[in-house]
Amino acid sequence: MPAKAFVNLTLQRLFKYFINMATTTEVLQEVVIKFAGDSGDGMQLTGSQFTNNTALLGNDLATFPDFPAEIRAPQGTLPGVSGFQLRFSSDMVYTPGDECDVLVAMNAAALKVNLKSLKKGGKIIANTDGFDAKNLRLANYPDGINPLEDGSLSAYELIKVDVTKMTREALKDITMGTKEKDRAKNMFVLGFLYWMYNRNMDSSIAFIKEKFGKKPEIYESNIRALQAGYNFGDTIEITGVTYTVAKARMQPGTYRSIMGNQALAYGLIAFSDKSELPLFLGTYPITPASDILHELSRYKAFGIRTFQAEDEIAGITSAIGASYGGSLGVTTTSGPGMALKGEAMGLAVMLEIPLVIVDVQRGGPSTGLPTKTEQSDLLQAYYGRNGECPMPVIAASTPSDCFDGVYEACRIAVEHMTPVIFLSDGYIANGAEPWRFPKSEDLPAVKVSFKTDLGHGEEKFQPYLRDEKLVRPWAVPGTPGLEHRIGGIEKQNITGNVSYDPENHQLMVKIREEKVEKIAEYIPEQHLDSGPEKGKILVIGWGSTYGVIKSTVAELQAQGHEVSHAHLRYIRPFPRNLGDIIRNFDQVLIPEINNGQLIKIIRDKYLVDAKGYNKIMGIPITKSELLEVLKKMLA
Amino acid sequence: MNTTAIPAQPTLTAKDFATDQEVRWCPGCGDYSILAQVQKVMPGLGIPKENIVIISGIGCSSRFPYYMNTYGMHSIHGRATAIASGLKASRPELSVWIVAGDGDALSIGGNHTIHLLRRNFDVNMMLFNNQIYGLTKGQYSPTSEEKKVTKSSPLGSIDHPFNPLALAMGADASFIARSMDRDPKHLQEILIRSYKHKGASFTEIYQNCNIFNDGAFEIFTEKSSKPEQALFLEQGKPLIFGAAKNKGIKLDGLKPVVVEIGDSAGVDDLWIHDEKDFYKAQVLVRMFDDPYKDEHLPRPFGVFYETDRACYEDVMTMQIEEAIAVKGKGDLDKLLRGNEVWTIN
Repeated sequence: MPAKAFVNLTLQRLFKYFINMATTTEVLQEVVIKFAGDSGDGMQLTGSQFTNNTALLGNDLATFPDFPAEIRAPQGTLPGVSGFQLRFSSDMVYTPGDECDVLVAMNAAALKVNLKSLKKGGKIIANTDGFDAKNLRLANYPDGINPLEDGSLSAYELIKVDVTKMTREALKDITMGTKEKDRAKNMFVLGFLYWMYNRNMDSSIAFIKEKFGKKPEIYESNIRALQAGYNFGDTIEITGVTYTVAKARMQPGTYRSIMGNQALAYGLIAFSDKSELPLFLGTYPITPASDILHELSRYKAFGIRTFQAEDEIAGITSAIGASYGGSLGVTTTSGPGMALKGEAMGLAVMLEIPLVIVDVQRGGPSTGLPTKTEQSDLLQAYYGRNGECPMPVIAASTPSDCFDGVYEACRIAVEHMTPVIFLSDGYIANGAEPWRFPKSEDLPAVKVSFKTDLGHGEEKFQPYLRDEKLVRPWAVPGTPGLEHRIGGIEKQNITGNVSYDPENHQLMVKIREEKVEKIAEYIPEQHLDSGPEKGKILVIGWGSTYGVIKSTVAELQAQGHEVSHAHLRYIRPFPRNLGDIIRNFDQVLIPEINNGQLIKIIRDKYLVDAKGYNKIMGIPITKSELLEVLKKMLA
Repeated sequence: MNTTAIPAQPTLTAKDFATDQEVRWCPGCGDYSILAQVQKVMPGLGIPKENIVIISGIGCSSRFPYYMNTYGMHSIHGRATAIASGLKASRPELSVWIVAGDGDALSIGGNHTIHLLRRNFDVNMMLFNNQIYGLTKGQYSPTSEEKKVTKSSPLGSIDHPFNPLALAMGADASFIARSMDRDPKHLQEILIRSYKHKGASFTEIYQNCNIFNDGAFEIFTEKSSKPEQALFLEQGKPLIFGAAKNKGIKLDGLKPVVVEIGDSAGVDDLWIHDEKDFYKAQVLVRMFDDPYKDEHLPRPFGVFYETDRACYEDVMTMQIEEAIAVKGKGDLDKLLRGNEVWTIN
């Protein structure tokens, strides 16, 4: 900070102190903030920085990043708005919240897109520079109308800040172009919010240092803008009030903040570490799964091999090659990539080798909505291959759950010699939450057994001779005496030789199916997440609807309704007691972010007249929507 | 996964590489000869049998792994190269061989082929080129000549064929060779060279499909025409061909021309083959004339090009070793904990 400015600020603070204008601090139970701006405004970074800072305070939190598919959609337009919603609380939270308390609007388009989700009486922090004639026109406001000036926002608390001007001012003696200076605007806003919520900025200062430490001008401009934003709040006393949220009453333990794709990558690393199976990731970049590749490629010290293949098919087939060689082969993708990998999944089913296929689902079909969330690949995962081609399907329900979920997917793949599909989605992948991370010694042990030689009395290696789980041996190249050939043509039972025999084909189809169904004997029974064992309504969910179902059902239970919630990790095979649970309820509701997929499988399997609640808008289901549906069913 | 130390092996023979599976190619198929040459060559390479993996895709030739008593995978159409990439990347010590037909390697799997070559995995790719789709009963392939009449091109194919070696050259293959099913000795020699090359070896093998495309290469393989039409490359030797060894290739600028050795041109004027010459190799792979047209060039056989280039799997391993050297072996608890934690009591 230049010496003169520093003196000025110090004087202002002294002045404030002497005339006793100290800011008052209010304690809130929870806050929902939405950071919204142009996709070039750095709102995702601002949001994640504020999230990390919040996590360190011990609040429970949930986030919802929502951004356009274009890297830089036309500036200032409605489709170009990028948002990051954060809910933090001294209670447990399970969703990022239906409505927000605070809306940061960097431009007119951001306000227009997000105003409907702001609570009445909520705060709008508006960057006035983003409301000039051009921005207003791009946001489709009628000529001469500026919502910041016409009183139309009187139902809200409007805080107008000329972020651009003040950022430029704070950076005036740094030698860099105005365009570059303006990139630090988001740091000014972040600093202002840090002031507003009584935060210590060390976490972000450390982040800026790590990220830009080698570029002195950029480092300096970000730090100064951050401090200027903080000092602005401190000095100007716009609101006179700052806020804090007390630590959440979470389970005792040590926590960190984690995002879904990050947790997924860590789960894979942890499994590799515990099982001592080398991890090989064969993949092709695709939104929203690419971060798993980025993350894994950083951890070479764990012996992980990441292979950015030439296409989706090479992604999975290279992983099959690695699994054949005795690694844990993994491939990561999203819907369109799943479609391309289908034939290779069938090969893995025939080869009966371990493989984990991660599908971070997004809106479809075709390119669909690449950056929006959806649960619409379930039937593709369940059925989407040629021939009778059963594969286990496992789903994650929250960002941190990706860790345990994918660990379990790997366990099943290896212990049952089968490809496994692991489903996440865009909402889980990019969302963050506190995570009481495990100690490596507490992670479940994994049994990997390679066949190393011919057993007693075994004359010739029989690659398709099965154990009690119907699992065939894993014999890898380099093992003397076990040379064998496998392939995609139908196998003769036991020998694995090519066979076109009709009876053998029927037998093998049945064996492959039974092998997958048998996994139900080696997974936990389904439990109710909450609610009575018998009652009026059972809400069955899977994947990212976990938080919204949990909080909605909790509210109805508090009102005395007999509503229970079961959330499925295992979709194929289902836990062996799921049918019994279902039969204990008068009605079954299955909310999904798709046009009704799990419901088809549940109806088929249990002949139950389940009802669906289906939202196909690329965004999560809200609590108020679900509450309405359930209340109607209860009426 | 490390291969256990191998005790001294009894000397293997070609028979040790045969399996108990009945070979099911059509009688007279060129694949029989290729299989026989591979089985003959293998014992001499000194690789423990269990360290050899043969990976194929789909097509007649892709049945190959079933007939080799090594590890093997008969995979799916076009993907042998990608499967081999993952295997070699994760198990660099294995000797990985790829068997692919022209449809498999250049049509449905064309993408993986070029990427395998540019990445330079140390694998041996054998392209069984018969210029036809055999297993689907006779459609034109990406190497079939223009105007070829097949089941799917009754008025003649309008596809322009690939020149496989030029394609490999374009993909920066580090070893490029051509041989034929009907010349066992030459094929064995080339297979040994392909194995000895450290890097992706691309060997095109002219293979006769006697059912759907009989005689496609007979002008190069039959005694009567072979000497005039096939030019066998030898390192450091002039490009000479002809029954009387009286013809040679001379470079006229960048253009190869046929000359009679005698008064007008001496052996010293001829093109001396140098496998290491990147620029001349580009010209050599383009000697791909229609042998039934007048004034065509003979078709070269042998090793066209060989260069040393880092192999993908080695650099991958090196990066891992460097990361461990710098940061120490990965510590799972440290990873899970991250940099910023807080405690709730």
